[in-house]
Amino acid sequence: MKIRKRSGKKNKLHFSTKNIFFTLIGVCFIAMFVSLTFNISGGPLKDTADYVFGPMQRGLNRIGQVLTNRKDELKNLSKVIAENESLQKKVDELTTENSTLKLKQYELENLQKLYELDQKYPSYKKTGARVIAKDAGNWFDTFVIDKGKKDGIEVDMNVIAGSGLVGRVTAVGRHSATVTSIINDTSNFSGMMISTSDYCIIRGSLKSMTQDQVIPFDTLKDAKDKVTEGEQVVTSNISDKYLEGILVGYVTTIGTDSNNLTKSGTITPVVDFEHLEEVLVIMEKKEYN
Amino acid sequence: MVRKLVEIGLCIVCFILQITMFKALEIASVSPNLLVVLVAALGFMNGKREGIFIGFLSGLFVDLYFSPVLGLYSLLYMLLGYFNGCFRKEFFPDDIKLPMIMIAISDFLLNIFVYILLFLFRGDLQFGYYAANIMVPELVYTLVVSILLYLIILKINQRIESYEKRRASKFG
Repeated sequence: MKIRKRSGKKNKLHFSTKNIFFTLIGVCFIAMFVSLTFNISGGPLKDTADYVFGPMQRGLNRIGQVLTNRKDELKNLSKVIAENESLQKKVDELTTENSTLKLKQYELENLQKLYELDQKYPSYKKTGARVIAKDAGNWFDTFVIDKGKKDGIEVDMNVIAGSGLVGRVTAVGRHSATVTSIINDTSNFSGMMISTSDYCIIRGSLKSMTQDQVIPFDTLKDAKDKVTEGEQVVTSNISDKYLEGILVGYVTTIGTDSNNLTKSGTITPVVDFEHLEEVLVIMEKKEYN
Repeated sequence: MVRKLVEIGLCIVCFILQITMFKALEIASVSPNLLVVLVAALGFMNGKREGIFIGFLSGLFVDLYFSPVLGLYSLLYMLLGYFNGCFRKEFFPDDIKLPMIMIAISDFLLNIFVYILLFLFRGDLQFGYYAANIMVPELVYTLVVSILLYLIILKINQRIESYEKRRASKFG
C-alpha cells in the first residue's frame, strides 16, 4: 500500500484518501457477500450498537409519540367540532337502541363462552415489546423493538399486535430486534381463506399500501366462487415462517385472473401499521422437518 | 481527534432523531433523511476524506438496524460522501445555494440507487409512482429540515476549525 508522509514535523504515517476509499469499498463488498452467503446481520457489531442506541432510542421515541399525538390533535380539531353536532343527535337515537341491545348482550356472552372466541391464540407463549424506532428511509416497513436475545427473542419469531399479524423478526441484537412487517415490499407469505381453506400468496406492497391501505394477494384457487369480500384471511399451515391460523386481514376486492383458473385481489390488514406502539412476540417458532 | 469525536457524535444524534422523532412527524408517510444532509454537508465542507469517513459510519448504522444486507448502505453513503467531497473547492460558508443543491442531488441519488438495487432488480418497474410519491416528497421534506440542520452543522464545523487552528498555532 502506498504510504506518504504528512507534511509537518510529526513523522506520522498517513494513508492517502484514495487508499482508504478503495479499502472501504472493498470492505463493503466483502460485508455484503458474507452477509448474503451466511445470512448474518451485524453480530457483535449490532450488540455494541445496541448499548449506544438503545437507551437514547427509548427516550426520544417517547418524545416522538407525544409530538405525533399533538399533530393528530391539531389535524382533527376542526373535524371534531363539526362531527360533535351530528354525533349529539345520534347519541339520543342510540340510547334507546342501546337498552334493547343490552338484553341481547347477555345471551351473546353465554354463546361466546361456549365457542371460546375471546381467546384467539391461547396456546402460544407471548411477550410484549415496545416499538422504539422505524426504518431510516421511506422505502421499507421495518422497525426496531426493545427486546432482544437477552429476552429470548430469536430470528423468525412471529410478531402480532392486537389480534392480527404484524410480521416476523429478521435480525436480533442483544437488547433489540428488527421486525420486518408483512406490508414490507419484499415480504411474501402463504395465506389461507378461513371458510374454504384455499391457499393464496400474500405480498407486501409499498404502492398499494400507501395508496389504499391494502396489500395484494394472488394465486387463489377458488373454483366454486365461495370467497367473497369480507372473507377472513389467516396464515396457512404450509407457510414455513408463520404459525398457522393468525389473522392477517379481510378480503377487500377480489377478481378472476386472465387465466380463468386463479383469483387475485387485495386484503385490508387488521393491524394499524401507522400507529404501532406495542407488539407481541410469539415465543414459538414454526418447526418443520 | 476532537473532530472525529464530534463527527461521530453528530452522526449518532442524526441517526437517532431520524429513526425516532422524525418518524413520528412523517407527512404523507414520508420522513426526512437527516443522515444525507450530514454526509453531504460535512463532505463538501471538509473534503473527500471526511466525507468518506462520515458516510461509511452513517451507512453502517443504517445497515446494522434496517438493511437486508450488511454493507449496502455503508457503500451508498460512503460514495455520497466522496461525491460531495469533490466539490470542496466550490464551498463558501456564506453561500447557502450550493449546499442546498448538493443535499438535494445527494438525497435524490441515494433514493435512485435504493430503487435500482432493491426494487428494479426484483422486476418492479413503477419508477414514476415511486418518484412522485417517495423520492420527491422525501427530497422536499429533507430540504426544509436541512435549512436549519445545515446551519447547525456549519456552526459546529467552524467551531472545530477555529479550535484546530488555535491548537496548531500553540504547538506549531
